[in-house]
Amino acid sequence: MERLMENLLLCTFFLYLLSSVAFVMGISGKKGEAPKQRERRWGNIAVGLAIVGVVFQIAFIITRMIVSGHFPTSNMFEFTAFLCFTIVLAFIIIFFIYRTVVLGAFVMPLAVILLAYASVFPRDVQPLIPALQSHWLYIHVTVAALGSGAFAVGFAAGLIYLVNQVGAQKKGKNALFLELTLVVVLMFISFTLSSFVSSSFGYQASFAHMVDNQPTVQEYELPPIVGPHGGKVIQMDSFLGMKKPLFEAPAWMKGQNAASKLNSTLWGIIVGLILYALIRLLVRKRLSEILHPLVKKWNPELLDEISYRSIAIGFPVFTLGALIFAMIWAHEAWGRFWGWDPKEVWALITWLFYSAYLHLRLSRGWHGLKSSWLAVGGFVIIMFNQIVINLVISGLHSYA
Amino acid sequence: MIVQIIFKFSGRVEEEYGDIMKFRISQCLVLSLGGNGMIENTKCECGHNNPIGTILCEHCGKPLTEEMKEKKTIEREMRYEGTARRSQKQTKNWIDQIWSFFSSVKVAVILILITLVAAGIGTIFPQERLTGSSNPELFYKEKYGVWGEWYYQLGFSDMYNSWWFVTLIAMIGVSLVICSLDRVIPLYRALKNQTVVKSTDFILRQRISHQETIDQKEKEEKVQKLIEALKKRYYHIREEDGSILAEKGRISRWGPYINHIGLIIFLFGVLLRSLVPGWYLDQALYIREGDTVKVPEMPYYVKNERFKLETYQGEYAGVPKKYQTDAVLYQKDPSGKLVPVHKQSILVNHPLEYKDLLLYQMDFRVEPKAIKLKVVEKKTKKVLGQFAVNLREIKPDQVYRVADLEIRALEYYPDFALEDGRPITESQEPNRPAFIFEVKKKGQKQGEKSWVISGQNTDQLTPNNQYDIDLAGLEMAQSSGLMVRVDKSLPIIFVGGIICLIGLVMGFYWHHRRVWVRYQDGVLYLGAHTNKSWFSLRRELDQIAKQIGINLKLIQE
Repeated sequence: MERLMENLLLCTFFLYLLSSVAFVMGISGKKGEAPKQRERRWGNIAVGLAIVGVVFQIAFIITRMIVSGHFPTSNMFEFTAFLCFTIVLAFIIIFFIYRTVVLGAFVMPLAVILLAYASVFPRDVQPLIPALQSHWLYIHVTVAALGSGAFAVGFAAGLIYLVNQVGAQKKGKNALFLELTLVVVLMFISFTLSSFVSSSFGYQASFAHMVDNQPTVQEYELPPIVGPHGGKVIQMDSFLGMKKPLFEAPAWMKGQNAASKLNSTLWGIIVGLILYALIRLLVRKRLSEILHPLVKKWNPELLDEISYRSIAIGFPVFTLGALIFAMIWAHEAWGRFWGWDPKEVWALITWLFYSAYLHLRLSRGWHGLKSSWLAVGGFVIIMFNQIVINLVISGLHSYA
Repeated sequence: MIVQIIFKFSGRVEEEYGDIMKFRISQCLVLSLGGNGMIENTKCECGHNNPIGTILCEHCGKPLTEEMKEKKTIEREMRYEGTARRSQKQTKNWIDQIWSFFSSVKVAVILILITLVAAGIGTIFPQERLTGSSNPELFYKEKYGVWGEWYYQLGFSDMYNSWWFVTLIAMIGVSLVICSLDRVIPLYRALKNQTVVKSTDFILRQRISHQETIDQKEKEEKVQKLIEALKKRYYHIREEDGSILAEKGRISRWGPYINHIGLIIFLFGVLLRSLVPGWYLDQALYIREGDTVKVPEMPYYVKNERFKLETYQGEYAGVPKKYQTDAVLYQKDPSGKLVPVHKQSILVNHPLEYKDLLLYQMDFRVEPKAIKLKVVEKKTKKVLGQFAVNLREIKPDQVYRVADLEIRALEYYPDFALEDGRPITESQEPNRPAFIFEVKKKGQKQGEKSWVISGQNTDQLTPNNQYDIDLAGLEMAQSSGLMVRVDKSLPIIFVGGIICLIGLVMGFYWHHRRVWVRYQDGVLYLGAHTNKSWFSLRRELDQIAKQIGINLKLIQE
């Protein structure tokens, strides 16, 4: 059964990957070929692959449910994989409203990266602590994730709009920030890549240290640049002659396995920068310049509207899942519907941010560039909540 | 002179309404200079009298102001149908000024953003309540250094209860009310009374507009086809004098206001909790297995019949699986007897519910229930026997019998300490129980006094005693920690949340789309407006135009 579960996930991954490739094929027509036809043909293949991928992921979710006895949204791996699922789902809905192949060429790779990122986390099935034993675990988390998935599609469309509008510009704030955003995405990819490479070499290191006066062992799967605060090496494979970490994590990083996560983040940043330097050296173009030809022919008004529409579709869903259902569950589990727990606060911040976005757009007429930047900003907040809050801050949600 | 006064006034005009204000000034100017000094109505060419401040004629939609007449599109004004809103009154007393301030969406967005940033700052370090420290000032300094000190000093450590954070939320609440009222009433009136025949000016200045010259006969045929096509796409059609108004999804326009009403109800529910006494209760209690305890501030008693802690087995041994308290709730009848009223197992995620009272499984702890003592004859070092003292209940006449000895507790200090050499108890919790026992043989008149202090050898205190009483062990009991809650606001908060959601769904899953068609002097005029998603409207109209053969192409490939 567990073997089947792993294989289903692997199939999902490759289907999303193939779908991404097909979408990119759809928008990168050669000269002389009828672009409309090519786009339609590849678009249909790509969205078909994405749908099959979704079916496989549903099968994966069901098998994991059978294996663990609960809905798989209870730890970082399960939640991130589920987020990836909701992104693809939201994308398929939006695709059938607007039929834009270019959107798939950005969203599907995003889903692939996220799924790879998810599988960096421990994949073993863990039992549920009493606080999580509730049907709200899947109602609250799935609906909140669906909303976030739609926001992610809004982010991708916003990014395409930005590449479309300022990708060819050499100077200016917009061009600079766009390049920066793309570099961050590259770092994210690098992090996932380096984790995969390292684990395929079977790299391991472990440290003993104290967390809140409790002795803890922290496992590393990437060579430790940064070790736990006050940590002692238990065992460490040699890496480029390194026998111990270069420095220690600051003491205020208190989340579960914080130092190891910080280490992975550093790897992402470093490898990302190296890759970026290589791209600049070999292609001699900025990332936005590389992407610009792929998206330049698309109607900017369409891109702008897709970005808005995804967020508009996601907003009520997010409100329901991340706030209303969250409050109902919090009331049932902790006796208060709102307790200013960091994760709760960041859900509220996300909601406030998107409500500011909607007011600015609908009431003050912020369209185009401003609107797209806000769509990018909103997704940064979601990712911040997902990664940094878990890295640095331990609250009631620290098991997620 | 009038001109001077008017320009002085324009300097104070809010930036947001700059456009609107400026034109109104020019309009006043025209009226004041040309009229008889009466500035009450703005009369349109179509003969309709509009309230002052109206931008687009309520009847035919024609731009009324000089500035609007020059603009190519009136899209910005279409948002509220070009109606006069209270916040745009020219002469303002202080109430009007407050009204104008809070009716601004810009102000609302700024309030939202400030709240957002503040809320974020509040998560940098844990809030005071979550640290469990009794001296927060020291706690933040020691744990987080200089940053922690500043964090505490700036009041960020208890931010969400601070007056300014609460004020921010209250201001958002006021903004919600005023923003909505300022817009929804004029908008409702305008949409309810809208007419079918609009001026060609109005149609052509829409963001989507089109005109083509066709003869009467062709017009009849095309308009008929257009009506059919629009009907197929769920538009409601109104016809008048050969003009058409096709409309769908007006419900979308009310979404934001319903959503805001929901939020206001929600905030009102939260407010009630701190305003009405007895509306909200937050207490905690610990009950040992078998004990019955009064529920604080409530006329109930709760008994812990059994507490159960289960953990997982195997690979995850030690991970808690279940915390359960089998509880019985009692109420006193008139004679003072406890009568059971409710029985339930309390689990995490399954609180006890009885009327307004909620009891949550929150914590558990293991605490000593009884202390086991052994009596030793000093001379022979022989253990004569054991007895157990219940630490919560020691009756004054309780006699413990060991062999032929009678033992009586003369003094009991549950939480023993010395103050000026005198024994005292610091609390009623058995944290460090100490006793003075009297030990005597059966029938003996006067026994000997014997000290027992937990964690201390007391042999030296009474060197001449025949018997020693020593600690033999503790009987532990599990004590269940329950959270006591009453929150009468919950239904209000819940209803507010649901209304808010309904508003969001109405606002975002429907689109208000209108198409105006008019035929005048051999020209067919077509204009369209939506409150959002213009691309989709264009695509829809393009498809319709293709079907019926109107030369309309709104989306360029």
